[in-house]
Amino acid sequence: MRTARERTATNAGADWQVVAGWLGLGLVVAGQYAAVLYAPEEVTMGNAQRIFYVHVPAAWVGFLAFAVVFGASLGYLFTRRRAFDLTAWASTEVGVVFTTLAILSGSVWGRYAWGTWWSWDPRLTTTFMLWLIYVVALMVRAYGGAGGQASRFAAVLGVIGFLDIPLIHLSVVWWRSLHPLPVVVRPEGFGSGLHPAMLQALLVNVVAFTALYVALFSVRRRQMAVADVLAALKDDELRLAAPRWAAGGQEVPS
Amino acid sequence: MQAIETRDLEKAFGPVRALRRVTLEVPAGESLVIFGPNGAGKTTLIKILATLMRPSAGTLRLFGRNPQGDDGLRRLIGVVSHHSYLYTGLTALENLLFAARMYGVPDAAARAAEMLEVVGLGPRRHDLVRTFSRGMLQRLTIARALVHDPPLLLLDEPYTGLDRHAAEIFSGLLERLRGDRTIVLTTHSIEQGLPLADRIVILADGAVAHESREGLDDWHAVVQLYTQVVRSGAWVH
Amino acid sequence: MGALSAVRLLVWKDLVLELRTKEILTAMAVFALLAAVIFNFAFSPSPAQALALLPGMVWVTLAFAATLGLSRSFVLERDQQCLEALRLFPIDRSLIYLGKATANLLFLLLVAALILPAMAALSGIALGSRLLPLAAVLLLGSVGLVAVGTIFAAMSVHTRIREVLLPVLLFPIASPVLIAGVKATAGILAGRPLQTVLPGLRILAAFDVMFLVLGYLVFEFLLEE
Repeated sequence: MRTARERTATNAGADWQVVAGWLGLGLVVAGQYAAVLYAPEEVTMGNAQRIFYVHVPAAWVGFLAFAVVFGASLGYLFTRRRAFDLTAWASTEVGVVFTTLAILSGSVWGRYAWGTWWSWDPRLTTTFMLWLIYVVALMVRAYGGAGGQASRFAAVLGVIGFLDIPLIHLSVVWWRSLHPLPVVVRPEGFGSGLHPAMLQALLVNVVAFTALYVALFSVRRRQMAVADVLAALKDDELRLAAPRWAAGGQEVPS
Repeated sequence: MQAIETRDLEKAFGPVRALRRVTLEVPAGESLVIFGPNGAGKTTLIKILATLMRPSAGTLRLFGRNPQGDDGLRRLIGVVSHHSYLYTGLTALENLLFAARMYGVPDAAARAAEMLEVVGLGPRRHDLVRTFSRGMLQRLTIARALVHDPPLLLLDEPYTGLDRHAAEIFSGLLERLRGDRTIVLTTHSIEQGLPLADRIVILADGAVAHESREGLDDWHAVVQLYTQVVRSGAWVH
Repeated sequence: MGALSAVRLLVWKDLVLELRTKEILTAMAVFALLAAVIFNFAFSPSPAQALALLPGMVWVTLAFAATLGLSRSFVLERDQQCLEALRLFPIDRSLIYLGKATANLLFLLLVAALILPAMAALSGIALGSRLLPLAAVLLLGSVGLVAVGTIFAAMSVHTRIREVLLPVLLFPIASPVLIAGVKATAGILAGRPLQTVLPGLRILAAFDVMFLVLGYLVFEFLLEE
């Protein structure tokens, strides 16, 4: 049903999404500039390490997007409001793009750092599993059936998938190590082992990618809301214009 | 006391509004027949009344209670769908026993056996439902719907697929239930539904296009009224 | 009626249906046996290699067998709209989840009890004293597979790609079960001390609890229309 709020959703916010888009792109350019020219060369891996400035922000956004999917899915579970459903959907679509980028860049990095296109490094593996769950979520949206069923299924998957990620990570870490699980799983040297300039460059890129995510997400989200309004209008038009077929529905007595 | 009370019931599937502001009151003991062409929203309405579907908006009260979160309320409802709700891999008795127990019927075994006798399926009670004819399935379906003696009976196009003879038997069964129970039946066949009605409602395009208590003996008049109402689209809002 | 009685009744119904035809159990058992044979053809392992391969073989087979059983279990309900009938009963609709999960767990455990000795025999490995810890791992893992599998089977039976959607949903989400299950099984078979295997058991247990609770909470929402 078209509420007043949803009608105005198509009017409001036109400008700030464009701003966010340009901001995101600008920041990405600045970030990559910083990554290539400002940050120092890494000791062991040389310039190939610079892909880290794409890989880490992309992975971060991939997980952030899924957190949004989780939150929106919970919202839909509790309220059944279409707004939550569309948020989850838009974030799923944008999230899979960033996660794909994260995996590809991770793979390239691995190729130059360790000589293989793929290593079952725990964090990369978990990111890959996230990617798989994203893809399955899109499949559920596509094949889940009409009438809100796909939305319900996708919401359940959003909640289950998100809560599953920590368990996946724990199991992969255990799988790869020979020692018992540490009490606190520490990300290896994040922030601590990095040269300050590297950290700065990384942070700029993280902010940049996040801004880009927000922009893409908002655009996609708005597209979906507009598509809803359009579908409702079409349904109305169809109903009013159709000849009275209905009158012929009476059974012929025998 | 009202068996059913709905106020401004709405149901939307995405952009499609299947039910529009349906307001109905069905007093206990009344037999209401809902006519309407295909796509009118009859099945959607019955499903919402049966608590199988949640309305998008509006309120529903059954026997004064809100079905939302009230699992026990379903003990008061019996549903006959055009699906049989029967497990083809179980016997007739096992199906009724399962239903009776799930509905919390005291002495379920005796009740199940009794219902089988009532619908004339006693001799076939140990046969798998897979071997039953359509007519026998329909009788077992009704037995199952009544096994817990529900005061409210909802029937969604129950005449679907029944031949003349089976339909007559079915109508006979329903006729015997009138008055004691509240019955709501949907059908697109005025011929079959009208004799059972204390009141009729015409549903078209998801809205209540017409309702009346009088003049239900004159079949031709009702058919004319139906055609007129559905064709006019006067209820569009 | 009490929750426990309702679940018991639901399980009874599934058991009667299955024991009469034995469709599900036969399909799962035959599949498991075939998988054991095919794995041996595919890998032609020596006894030493077989020890390394056995855990993976067992768990992959178990996971696929689970999808077979779960899928069939819900297709059964689809016929004559029996799932709708279950929703009409005056019980908490989440109990349908517990009933289905329990029945499918029983089927899966039966198959697991078949798979493990069969594969061990075909691979020439003696199980002996490790039977109890192995049984524990298989039990925990089966509960996990069934806990999420039941949720996803309920979903996929309502779609037009049901045979494909269930495994596609199950395997990524149940990957902790497969990963931890395989490593724990491997550790036990290699005779390592239980301490090393404990983290895996903890992961399995955490998975089981989390998704049983989650499944219970979301099931009514899932079945809505």
